[in-house]
Amino acid sequence: MRPSLALPPVLPLLTILVLIGPVLAGLWGTVSAAFGHLPVAGLQGPSLTPFQTLWEWPGLSASVRLSLVTGGLATFLSLAITLLLLAGWSGTRPFRAVLRLLSPLLSVPHAAAAFGLMFLIQPSGWISRALSPWLTGWQRPPDVLFVQDSMGLAMTLGLVVKEVPFLLLISLAALSQIDTQGRLRVALALGYGRMAAWMFGVLPALYARIRLPVYVVLAYSMSVVDVAVILGPNTPPPLSVQIVRWMGEPDLTLRTLASAAALVQLALVIGALLLWHGGERALAALGRRLIYCGPRLSRDGLWRAFGLMTALLCVGLVLAGLAGLVVWSFAARWSFPDILPEGYSLRSWQRNGPAAMETLTTTFAIALAATLAGLVLTLGCLETEERRNLRLTRKGLWLLYLPLLVPQTAFLPGMQTLLLGFSIDRTLWAVMLAHLVFVLPYLRLSLEGPYKAWDARLGAVGAAMGASPSRIFLTLRLPMLLAPVMTALAVGMAVSVGQYLPTLLVGGGRVQTLTTEAVALAAGGDRRAIGLYGLLQTAAALLPFVLALTLPLIVWRNRRGLQHG
Amino acid sequence: MKRMLSLALALAPLSAWASPDPADWPTVLEEAQGQTVHWHAWGGSTATNDFIAWVGERLADDYDITLTHVKLENTADAVTRVLTEKSAGQDEDGAVDLIWINGANFASMKDADLLFGPFAEALPNWQYANTENSTLTHDFTVPTEGYESPWAMAQVVFMHDTKDLPERLGSMDALLDWAREHPGRFTYPQPPDFLGTTFLKQALVDLSDNPKALSEPVNEDNYVEVTAPLWAFIEELTPLLWREGRAYPPTGPRQLQLMNDDEIDLAISFSPGEASTAIANYQLPESVRTFVLDKGTIGNASFVAIPYNSGSKAASMVVANFLMSPEAQLRAQDPEVLGYGTVLDMNALPVQDRAAFRTLDLGIATLSPEELGAVQPEPHPSWMTRISEDWVARYGVGN
Repeated sequence: MRPSLALPPVLPLLTILVLIGPVLAGLWGTVSAAFGHLPVAGLQGPSLTPFQTLWEWPGLSASVRLSLVTGGLATFLSLAITLLLLAGWSGTRPFRAVLRLLSPLLSVPHAAAAFGLMFLIQPSGWISRALSPWLTGWQRPPDVLFVQDSMGLAMTLGLVVKEVPFLLLISLAALSQIDTQGRLRVALALGYGRMAAWMFGVLPALYARIRLPVYVVLAYSMSVVDVAVILGPNTPPPLSVQIVRWMGEPDLTLRTLASAAALVQLALVIGALLLWHGGERALAALGRRLIYCGPRLSRDGLWRAFGLMTALLCVGLVLAGLAGLVVWSFAARWSFPDILPEGYSLRSWQRNGPAAMETLTTTFAIALAATLAGLVLTLGCLETEERRNLRLTRKGLWLLYLPLLVPQTAFLPGMQTLLLGFSIDRTLWAVMLAHLVFVLPYLRLSLEGPYKAWDARLGAVGAAMGASPSRIFLTLRLPMLLAPVMTALAVGMAVSVGQYLPTLLVGGGRVQTLTTEAVALAAGGDRRAIGLYGLLQTAAALLPFVLALTLPLIVWRNRRGLQHG
Repeated sequence: MKRMLSLALALAPLSAWASPDPADWPTVLEEAQGQTVHWHAWGGSTATNDFIAWVGERLADDYDITLTHVKLENTADAVTRVLTEKSAGQDEDGAVDLIWINGANFASMKDADLLFGPFAEALPNWQYANTENSTLTHDFTVPTEGYESPWAMAQVVFMHDTKDLPERLGSMDALLDWAREHPGRFTYPQPPDFLGTTFLKQALVDLSDNPKALSEPVNEDNYVEVTAPLWAFIEELTPLLWREGRAYPPTGPRQLQLMNDDEIDLAISFSPGEASTAIANYQLPESVRTFVLDKGTIGNASFVAIPYNSGSKAASMVVANFLMSPEAQLRAQDPEVLGYGTVLDMNALPVQDRAAFRTLDLGIATLSPEELGAVQPEPHPSWMTRISEDWVARYGVGN
């Protein structure tokens, strides 16, 4: 049968182009610069000089080690906390309570969470103030290296508190696709402890479904820049931060060095992914051996408690950190070890407020434009696939994840050079386009389930009454999917608000969002201004979620069945 | 005759003179109307950001110019931008219209012909500038020749918390002695940060017995010998620093936070009024005061320069001229606002403006001009680059 020609596959093709075009073009730019070919700097390749220079840079081994250790550790800890919580508590009342607290944290931008964490855990931070001097005897903050520590532990912690909510929500979505309760019941009936039952019965099916998101967390954590700038060490910094520094040097030839380092970063991520994959297999084999040996592992109370405590700790750290941002933004004089400021003042809001509001407008404009464009593409893809009876293959899924798996530091420098050639870099449009690349995968992930779950019989009824496919789409399916579409919009906007590197590199300083402004303030250390920008950044990411939750309730107040999507 | 010559040159199509011509100020003002100036300036200090926002308001009111502050983490970013544009052949309407600049960045832009000018000495407010001060015409020993226009004076002072460090320290050796007795209570911003490198230069100038070598470009023959006292000093100081020198504050303002949290007792500043301003903003304890070294401290001027490919040269010159106006200079010197030193010559000012400067309260922690004493000249910019690179190789990647 000939496929219907009603909707040519323009949108899916365009989506694929938007997803992989910038990544491939950017990578090409990076590769050619890394091999010494950079015509704008008057360099003609190929040559191996950039790699030689990189090899001679004394900080290389330390910064590579930092990238590997912080990224690997952050991913391992986030996954462990998520799985412990799920294994010990999923389906229980405390679990639902933790979940209610955790899900809004997903949209808190990384930079804001990192700032909040910094206000808490640095030697002069809230935790140390709360315990001083009555317990610790400290009249002054202790001279210990935490935050900016050379192991990158503070930075790892900053990543973990943000990745746990992400992995947890992704896991929940995946769990709804498998028969969790059935699997659990069988294993429990065989006498396994609750956690063992979950780990042996549910995890194998779950992990196959969350493998790609876990890889995204690993790739992201290894190449993150904003969190590293805020919490990471500087002597030397992790490789990704050093790449961005070299990109910013006035000497253009250093860009070849940055590109060579970017390729090393890419190789590191690929290597780490392979290693991780090997680890998965080893653990699976170990698990099978364990099952074969037959222990029931029913005394798991301690582990359950540990899982809940660590998850609660993540929530607590982020929430207390956000509270720290609020207090600092209103603080008058505040010295150590006072737990609260001597007084409060509107001074920093009056000083920074107007400029920050302007930046907020830009931030929203970019987020809304990128997300709306992304929605059109995503809905167009889903509808086309449905009409043509196509399914997202495994290859397609990898394509979707490509922009999230390739480290941003590996392809954005090349993309910037490319846009410069078209003279459209540092415009709002270019930044929006760059954001679209990162928004698209999340839109698809959050819309795919609800879209497919729509009861096709309603469409059949419509068609029987003579409605065209387009009419069914516009007047039946889309309105009924208002709640999930709004949620996807909110997810997309939160992703866009949080983008640091694409805005910095593609915007070239002319386009400023709350995130670039906040990270720029990190170096100055004015906690009042940081608090204010961090708060606004969080608000900008959370506000669309509030709208997404309330709008369907208002629009469908007389359609109870539609209120929860 | 001279005027005729400049007129002829201005009319010549390929003249080296600036176009628009700052000598024809009314035309500049007319052309500037409605233009937008993207001022690329370091954005790490909220006080400076506020001041620039105020400048923007005043320019919008008086000259119909829109001023956008592009906040940089590092001035080199703007230099890169212009360089990239030149390489890509974008010779008109570039991203950068005005840069807050000095030292090595100025030298490299001037060298690469990336600057518009000369314009500075033709600006109407140049008549008030303190031209006897050689730092206004020689930026780190490099002649400015009108390619950048000064707007603030800076001089190194040390901020000390009198609660823990009551007495001033007279020299770098005295600082080291104090650090031995009080380990962990001092740090400086991490080079290549501007202020961190300034600390290295200040130490070099104070410890060196060969000032003549410093006024000339780095000479490989005597580099090791000239800098030996500096590295011996740093080698001994590093383990005595905050966090034993395993981490540094990334910028100058971060030191304020450390001082306010009582993590350190001593910090370097390149602005004599910064401490007073920070006290007023609750960023420093009220017990902080400042001092200079016995032999004096190094100082320089902050400038603004206009890239050759700016699309708003006329408006950028109006901004540069406004920054040199008595009104803007007075506001910049107010410790409640910025606390920067003025570039103006008090004797050249109209009586009324002079009085306004005299009655300005410089703030509780600011030294008077007499107390600030003689300004030591900056070493040639090549020293800054070289010792900063050396520092990074020795201490910046170690762990």
